[in-house]
Amino acid sequence: MISNLIAGLSLGSIYAIIALGYTMVYGIAKMLNFAHGDVIMVGGYMCFCATFYLGWPPAMGILLAIIVCTLLGVVIERLAYKPLRRAPALAVLITAIGVSYFLQNAALLIWTANPKTFTSVVGSGSVKIGGLQITHVTIVTILVCVIIMAVLVWFTSKTKMGTAMRAVSEDKDAAQLMGINVNTTISVTFAIGSGLAAVAGVLMLSAYPMLVPTTGSMPGIKAFTAAVFGGIGSIPGALLGGILLGIIEIFSKAYISQELSDAIVFAVLIIVLLVKPAGLLGKQIREKV
Amino acid sequence: MALLEVTDLGISFGGLRAVDELNMHIDEGALVGLIGPNGAGKTTVFNMLTGVYRPTDGGIRLAGENIVGKKPHEICKMGIARTFQNIRLFNKLSVLDNVKAGFHNEVTYSLAESLFHLGSYRKKEKLMDERAEEILRVFDLDQQKDYKAANLPYGKQRKLEIARALATDPKLILLDEPAAGMNPNETAELMETIELVRQRFHVTVLLIEHDMKLVSGICEYLYVLNFGRLLAEGTPSEVLSNPEVVTAYLGD
Amino acid sequence: MKQVKTLVKTRRDSVIAFGIVIVAYIVLQTMNMTGGISNTISGLLVPICAYIVMAVSLNLTVGILGELSLGHAGFMSVGAFTGIVVTTVLAQSVPFPMLRLAIAMVVAAFAAAIVGVIVGVPVLRLKGDYLAIVTLAFGEIIKNIINVLYIGMDDHGLHFSLVKQTFTLNEGGSMIINGPIGVSGIDKISTFTAGFVLILVTLFVVLNLINSRHGRAVMAVRDNNIAADSIGISTTRYKLMAFVISAALAGMAGTLYAMNYSTITAAKFDFNLSILVLVFVVLGGLGNIWGSIIAAALLTVLPELLRALNFNDYRMLVYAILLIALMLFNNSGAKQKLLDRIALRKERKGKKQPKEVA
Repeated sequence: MISNLIAGLSLGSIYAIIALGYTMVYGIAKMLNFAHGDVIMVGGYMCFCATFYLGWPPAMGILLAIIVCTLLGVVIERLAYKPLRRAPALAVLITAIGVSYFLQNAALLIWTANPKTFTSVVGSGSVKIGGLQITHVTIVTILVCVIIMAVLVWFTSKTKMGTAMRAVSEDKDAAQLMGINVNTTISVTFAIGSGLAAVAGVLMLSAYPMLVPTTGSMPGIKAFTAAVFGGIGSIPGALLGGILLGIIEIFSKAYISQELSDAIVFAVLIIVLLVKPAGLLGKQIREKV
Repeated sequence: MALLEVTDLGISFGGLRAVDELNMHIDEGALVGLIGPNGAGKTTVFNMLTGVYRPTDGGIRLAGENIVGKKPHEICKMGIARTFQNIRLFNKLSVLDNVKAGFHNEVTYSLAESLFHLGSYRKKEKLMDERAEEILRVFDLDQQKDYKAANLPYGKQRKLEIARALATDPKLILLDEPAAGMNPNETAELMETIELVRQRFHVTVLLIEHDMKLVSGICEYLYVLNFGRLLAEGTPSEVLSNPEVVTAYLGD
Repeated sequence: MKQVKTLVKTRRDSVIAFGIVIVAYIVLQTMNMTGGISNTISGLLVPICAYIVMAVSLNLTVGILGELSLGHAGFMSVGAFTGIVVTTVLAQSVPFPMLRLAIAMVVAAFAAAIVGVIVGVPVLRLKGDYLAIVTLAFGEIIKNIINVLYIGMDDHGLHFSLVKQTFTLNEGGSMIINGPIGVSGIDKISTFTAGFVLILVTLFVVLNLINSRHGRAVMAVRDNNIAADSIGISTTRYKLMAFVISAALAGMAGTLYAMNYSTITAAKFDFNLSILVLVFVVLGGLGNIWGSIIAAALLTVLPELLRALNFNDYRMLVYAILLIALMLFNNSGAKQKLLDRIALRKERKGKKQPKEVA
């Protein structure tokens, strides 16, 4: 029971980190960035290449993954999403899907479909606390998630860039009039979101070490679900949604059905949205008549 | 008997009392104005009358029947149609189809007839076309019947909204600032059209306007709303000479 | 000012659309019989028909009703497996394959419609992106459930189970759907002609609907749900109606698709398939039925063409780049600039050659 809870927290932390990226991008660009999950995969391959082929230490591998993903996020935004800022939401969605296809197929060409076995960046050790065996990965994952969350809350509420982000997500045009550089703000948001995706990718692969070009898809969708679950656009919501999703998934696998765990996760999402249509911590906006 | 009977109507949003203890009595065939400064709660009253908002207290009866708690589309079927302050047309549909959509519950046929264009489909569609064109002619819109609604000029869009509302064959039609954004000539013309519509379609009219002079020309009776409460009611001349009304409009 | 007057020319449009579909069928069928097209393309004919029906039906939800659905493959899946069960059950009693397929499609349409109601009632209460994510969730749930579904037939009739361990058949019974392994040994009775007829039925139904009071009500809800409500249209009812009809058509496409392969699994009808069909709809144009048909056909053939052009390794990459480029071109203002430039050039040419009649 407790070990399942810890496993759920750990998985949930990974979802939460990805969901944070999703939710920040959604909040500011009002778009469902379906390519976000594939950035996780790119981060995974970067770290893998650095440590496996180049023999770099894990810390350098993580750094490389973060740098590459951050740049990738900014480049994707500039090339594919920026020209569509005034376009219909659906056009942006399809473009994001195009970017997702692109990343997956580029990875397929470079690294082939053969699965790579990822070596955990924190080793495979574990500690024993009161009769419970907890792996290092689990502990590190949960800690990293807490730290990221704290830094993000500080960043968005206390720094100038964070304030700009909140302003742009409320009203792009008004923010522009107030002298905020909207383009830079959006770029920074994509950079942070993609950097977080790299961290999430490395942590996820440390716990579940199979790496293929489609590795990012399902966690991406799950994290997206988590973001909606918590109230999309809300940073604490993404954390809450991610953690709850992880716990629900692990518990359904343990106690109900291995095969139906995804179905249960999605069913819980549906029920939550029916009771609270804007997610757990989301704001309900009423249309003015 | 009154067509519309509003008793002690009130609504709160959170702690804000938007409308309080409103009583109205509108006879069949009347042309009544609901006036008041900006933010007085006029549109909120319309939203309660049409079921968009559910009142917190009080009652609304249409021809003796309670309508509180009914859904907007049910209230429309009972005989109240409306227009909106911020125009709400079906922008991608043609002008003609906007009016034909208004016939939704007037001229009906089954889903099977829709999917296979069988039975009375052709006959009913033709009937709708004829009746829609008849209404459009009243508003001088028949030449533009194949335009997309979004492509009509502003004044015509307001008229099309009224035409669409009339297609539902209402007993009572609520017009929310029908002359907003029009120049004096267009306004005068519109007021004539409203008068004509009342005669021709045998419909009772309640209209919102914040320009008092404008409505005093055609309305037989006025209700004045201020801060959600009824400030005065009576014939235009009574209301206009009421010092409280003058203060509410001009300030102290 | 030529944009102002948009004549409603639906009737003529639909006649043309039908005409082109019929001509395309005759040409392709002739080429197919005479061996004029490659085996790959010939093998794609039925899937293309299924994708066309999927795209047209999804366009009903996304373009005509205006709600984004990311789970359309779920309804296709329900239709596919229902169709398989029905054709297996009827294998002895209905000897004509075409009739068996037709019955299977009708039953599949009903099954998908029922699932459409179950999904639609909760989903359609939500708005925008929330609605989209819940359709995605339902799509995944349907996939997961069918993935653990066991159906078999013996002398006592049909047996269902969601748990392999509790699933037993009498002697002589046969497994139809075997959980994650799916179905194997399907009687491949789908033909290009069947696909063509299904496209015609779909077009007929969808175009008729658009030009009817029900279709008008659906489009009214799309354009302005508050105004639709105010003229007596029950928004929930018409949203559900469009959604369920769309699901039913997807169910028929599912049967057509499944009966074209000897094996099929639930995993085939995943999120990626829903997205693929959505891409057809968006590229073909929202609400543009005719565009959906062309996009579905072209985009299914395109990867195969790229393969034939020796782009094999890069074909999906090229596909992705083309997709992004098309979206950018269509939506970033680049298209308008190009059109303006062409118009300008035409104008200049026109000036150089004075008109003969003043």
